[in-house]
Amino acid sequence: MDSTILTTVIMLGLLAATLAVILYIVAQKFKVVEDERIGETESILPGANCGGCGYTGCRAFAEALVKADDISAMFCPVGGNTTMTKIAEYLDKLVETKDSEIAVVRCLGSCENRPRVNEFDGAASCAVMAATYSGDTDCSYGCLGKGDCVSVCNFGAIRINSETLLPEVDEDKCTACGACVKSCPKLIIELRKKGPKSRRIYVSCINKDKGAVARKVCKTACIGCAACRKACAFESIEIENFLAYIDPNKCRLCRKCVEVCPTGSIVELNFPPRKPKVEPQEPKANVVNTETVTN
Amino acid sequence: MIKTFKKGGVHPPENKISRNAALEQLVPEGIIQIFISQHIGAPAECIVAKGDKVKVGQLIAKANGFVSANVHSSVSGTVLGIENVADYQGIKKPAICIQVEGDEWDENIDRSPEINRDLSKTSEEILAKITEAGLVGLGGATFPTHVKLSIPKGKTAKAIIINGAECEPYLTSDHRVMLEKGEELLIGVQLLKKVVNVDKAYIGIETNKQDAIDNLKKLAANYSGIEIVSLKPKYPQGGEKQLIKSITGLEVPDRALPIETGCIVSNICTTLAVYEAVQKNKPLFENSVTITGKNLNVQKNFIVRVGTPLTQLINAIGGMPENTGKVISGGPMMGRAINNLNAPTLKGSGAVLFITKEESKRGTKSNCIRCSKCVAACPIGLLPFLLYKLAERNMLEDLKENSVHACIECGCCLYTCPANLPLVDYIRLGKTRAMKLIVKQK
Repeated sequence: MDSTILTTVIMLGLLAATLAVILYIVAQKFKVVEDERIGETESILPGANCGGCGYTGCRAFAEALVKADDISAMFCPVGGNTTMTKIAEYLDKLVETKDSEIAVVRCLGSCENRPRVNEFDGAASCAVMAATYSGDTDCSYGCLGKGDCVSVCNFGAIRINSETLLPEVDEDKCTACGACVKSCPKLIIELRKKGPKSRRIYVSCINKDKGAVARKVCKTACIGCAACRKACAFESIEIENFLAYIDPNKCRLCRKCVEVCPTGSIVELNFPPRKPKVEPQEPKANVVNTETVTN
Repeated sequence: MIKTFKKGGVHPPENKISRNAALEQLVPEGIIQIFISQHIGAPAECIVAKGDKVKVGQLIAKANGFVSANVHSSVSGTVLGIENVADYQGIKKPAICIQVEGDEWDENIDRSPEINRDLSKTSEEILAKITEAGLVGLGGATFPTHVKLSIPKGKTAKAIIINGAECEPYLTSDHRVMLEKGEELLIGVQLLKKVVNVDKAYIGIETNKQDAIDNLKKLAANYSGIEIVSLKPKYPQGGEKQLIKSITGLEVPDRALPIETGCIVSNICTTLAVYEAVQKNKPLFENSVTITGKNLNVQKNFIVRVGTPLTQLINAIGGMPENTGKVISGGPMMGRAINNLNAPTLKGSGAVLFITKEESKRGTKSNCIRCSKCVAACPIGLLPFLLYKLAERNMLEDLKENSVHACIECGCCLYTCPANLPLVDYIRLGKTRAMKLIVKQK
């Protein structure tokens, strides 16, 4: 009886010892030497795995950061400059600081401004809708409002306003990862410079039709009248295909263009209220939007 | 013997309520708009300018490359210019706008009612005439006919198949052509046989059009090598691959063209257009269009000039019925809803269908219960429920693995789905995206 137990213990002990030796040899032979900096770098990254950097996740981005000699073109939009500077210090490489960005929805076609002319009965997806036809309004450029941008956002930073049926970006949550930009079949969402104190001005329309056509289908469409370009003292506004675009790098946030826009398609965000004498000129639609978005 | 295909298919109610309405000419008025791209392939190049006078049948846009087709004026009048015009789906495309003035035809077109039975032209001459006339497949895909008839090197055609199945519910324009223009049709078949150098042609017709079968059988006795095949009414009997399977028993391999089986399939209206182009010098500028719907007082089969505004078609039937919920271009299974009623008709417009408010809505969507009805209904043998999920999640590699490219978008899966899932919506989207990926990977 005793001997059976003893034999078993010895046998198992020997077996364990042999296997341990084999495992040790194998482990030594096939050892994967991983740069420990990858793990460290990953821990500095926000860990959102959003793909905003262009890599599949934070780990892949960390690997790329460690491997690359020049990381100046790489950027983590979620972590922003603080994270990138930390990484640069840790890896002893150079990074370029970038202005922080935010997603802006360039459409003001609410139910009131842009009447719905038909009803879409198919799958609730902007991609499906865009592939099927021009949309449930007469504007073939504007927002379809089915919320593809909402479903791809990892940060819950975008939602559809139930009154206007347009997406709204939450400034505090948006990390400028660009997922919504890629998901929008109409290319309405743009990543723009956040601006000092989050103040920014942009043309909230992408309708490239002639002015008369655009105006007919939407009250707040950009009609390409060039009033904003004339008003701009810094040559920051360009008009192409009857559509104005404000270059965020040239714009000095003087708000002159907002005042002159006849359709109210230029949006100003997070500015203090104007002095009373200028107030009456401010287009109506703008006020509504500024309030809703800043909320 | 009544033939059919085995795999999948559904039996939607036929609703061929316009079957007794004889073909009628509809002459357009006012301004018509003719798109310069009415076919698959490169858009044609406009060769007229603002202020030019044009006649019916005059070339106004020239084919741009091999896979492209000529476009001819369908009216006589003055060119108002080229503008971006919204099509049925509201998508803007360049179109030539013409102010209609009278109805003066090009002198070369033979307008006599006599049937030209002369079959002495060589195959090159026939093909040249077809190319010149800007013929495209009128079954809906609008693929240039001359490209289809130019058989790739190393392949030989064995038979021509004429698609008279008209399996879509409601549609009757092919039926009327088979009844009223039977002889012209058969001459068209003989011409097609000559072009591709085969001596066998089949005309497949569903047995719900027994009068058309009888009519063509009687006429075909005078022509050699034309066999009229009775087909079982089943959707999608008129699908190219299904038709070949039904008639010859041959299966078109995956990712291959029908020519692999030695068959070339042509639509009824296209075959009639071949006759008119070759024997009557008449380019393709009009097409038979069914105007139907349960809520219409009159059912019509019009011969409509290309570019006629849809509003004129609606006026011709006495205006839009009040309880219309949806207007569809094409049949209820594969047709697309029209959201712009001012749009002009195209070469490939085969029907305008009015659906009542009660019938126009889809049922409420619920969850997939894996009942596999869609799998049983798919005539290709795909897994629609899986493709749907994969497309929804944008898993393109998996879509590719599951042969999404083979989907013919016939809508059988959506028709049978008890959960009312938008299967075709997503599969079509996934197919487009996966095809882009496949092209990229090549």
